Amino acid sequence: MNWKWDMFFDAFPFVVQGLWITIALTFASYLFALLFGFMWTFLKRIPNKPLNWLVTWVMEFIRSTPPLVQLFFIFYAWPMVPGIGMTLSPFTSAIVGIGIHYSTYISEVYRSGIESVGKGQWEASRALNFTRWQTWRKVILPQALPPTIPMLGNYLIIMFKEVPLASTIGVTGILHMANTYGAHHFRYLEALTIVAILFLVLSYPAAVLVRKLEEKMNRRFDKNEILKEDKGVVM
Amino acid sequence: MPQVMDKEVKQGVQQDEPIVKYENICKSFGDLEVLKGIDLDIMPGEKVALIGPSGSGKTTIIRMLMTLEEPTSGNIIVNGKNLWKMNKNDHLVRANDKHLRQIRGDIGMVFQHFNLFPHMTILENCTTALIHVKKMEKKEAEERSMKMLEKVGLGDKFDAYPSQLSGGQKQRVAMARALVMRPQVMLFDEVTSALDPELVGEVLEVIRDIAKDGEMAMILVTHEMDFAQEIADRVVFLDNGVIAEEGTPEEVLEKSNNERLQSFLHRFRNGNGV
Ligand SMILES: Nc1ncnc2c1ncn2[C@@H]1O[C@H](COP(=O)(O)OP(=O)(O)OP(=O)(O)O)[C@@H](O)[C@H]1O
Ligand SMILES: [Mg+2]
Repeated sequence: MNWKWDMFFDAFPFVVQGLWITIALTFASYLFALLFGFMWTFLKRIPNKPLNWLVTWVMEFIRSTPPLVQLFFIFYAWPMVPGIGMTLSPFTSAIVGIGIHYSTYISEVYRSGIESVGKGQWEASRALNFTRWQTWRKVILPQALPPTIPMLGNYLIIMFKEVPLASTIGVTGILHMANTYGAHHFRYLEALTIVAILFLVLSYPAAVLVRKLEEKMNRRFDKNEILKEDKGVVM
Repeated sequence: MPQVMDKEVKQGVQQDEPIVKYENICKSFGDLEVLKGIDLDIMPGEKVALIGPSGSGKTTIIRMLMTLEEPTSGNIIVNGKNLWKMNKNDHLVRANDKHLRQIRGDIGMVFQHFNLFPHMTILENCTTALIHVKKMEKKEAEERSMKMLEKVGLGDKFDAYPSQLSGGQKQRVAMARALVMRPQVMLFDEVTSALDPELVGEVLEVIRDIAKDGEMAMILVTHEMDFAQEIADRVVFLDNGVIAEEGTPEEVLEKSNNERLQSFLHRFRNGNGV
């Protein structure tokens, strides 16, 4: 089979039609994961042993099941669950499926950010009589979140590359469009190449950006001896 | 409140109600019994030095007052109010967050490792609690903080971040941050022991200065015996979870017959102290 440029140019506008769906799904499921991840982190911090075990176990379960299986479950099986089941559109199913799966990883990112803030910061806040909420808002989060930004950016890119899974339940992103085009013309080479190019063109610059961000954060936090000192304290 | 400068005046002070009262305080961490019945009164304006071997529970004593650690049993009374317990339907129950907040406003603490907020400037470190806890106007908070920073000799650094300061400077900022809150009792936990030796002097100088102002009670956990002798009204020697000796600096550091104390001081003077 040899490469045909006319097929390439013919397929291009067709495949690109799916681009905004792919991008919209990426951001929607990412947002979902950011919020759900916050929920996991919060639940895990509640000092209650049984609840903690339950949450840890559920998260472990979600993480060790393939996202594709979860997607199928939400789309095909969920509607049949008595009582709480409901039919979701392919797009919504994809947001929920991919979002929940990655929320468990994002929750770990939050956790590492929060734990990177030394115990001394909590104690100083208490000595200054901050409320719990003020401690989070003024002291902990401003230190916990910036170092997680590169990691969170990485997950955006990873999720972008995971979104084509949704084509299996009929979300009309670029992979789905390329498949449709290929089936019509009995030729997949050019259309799928376009998909690969689109992913490359979008995720490579994003990856470079994230790396830059990471370097910047590292520099910033290297300079900050206080953070290191705090971590070294064993009291 | 009276100045605590000489012994005569101090007699007068002791007729007041204690500002802090430890009543039969015990504290265990798991199986480890750290404090075994501590009774200790702190008078308004009194400077108390807390000394003792490593692991004797000095830090634990002051952390319980700062509400960073909860006693296993016993009471801590601050200004006549029970710190860790509160009244609910005529029963004494475990204090909630609100109760603790009401009382710990009178207490301030300076930590061994400074614990400055690294994402805030020096000035913001001092103003943040004034603005958000004491609900002070920003301008007023800044004025009060600048005055305090000048007092600790760091007026020109207000715009710097903690990471740009030396250890001694950081500790002086930490003191300014605690002082602007105007607590009635200030706790110092070995505030010079994380510093390079050449920076210890500048920090002690500031404490000496604060102590001279007189009206604030201070509990200093310290290994600087000469300094304790110089500024303390009373020295408390803690050993094996109990107060083994207490009295004026002279009584404790020079005239005591307590063997454990003597061997502790002896180890110190030979430079083997912790
Ligand atoms: N959070 C904790 N969990 C378990 N054990 C603790 C905790 N805090 C303190 N301890 C133990 O309690 C004992 C007393 O500790 P504390 O820090 O009060 O001693 P210290 O007199 O301040 O000693 P140092 O001079 O070394 O600072 C030590 O044996 C310590 O290991
Ligand atoms: Mg200690």
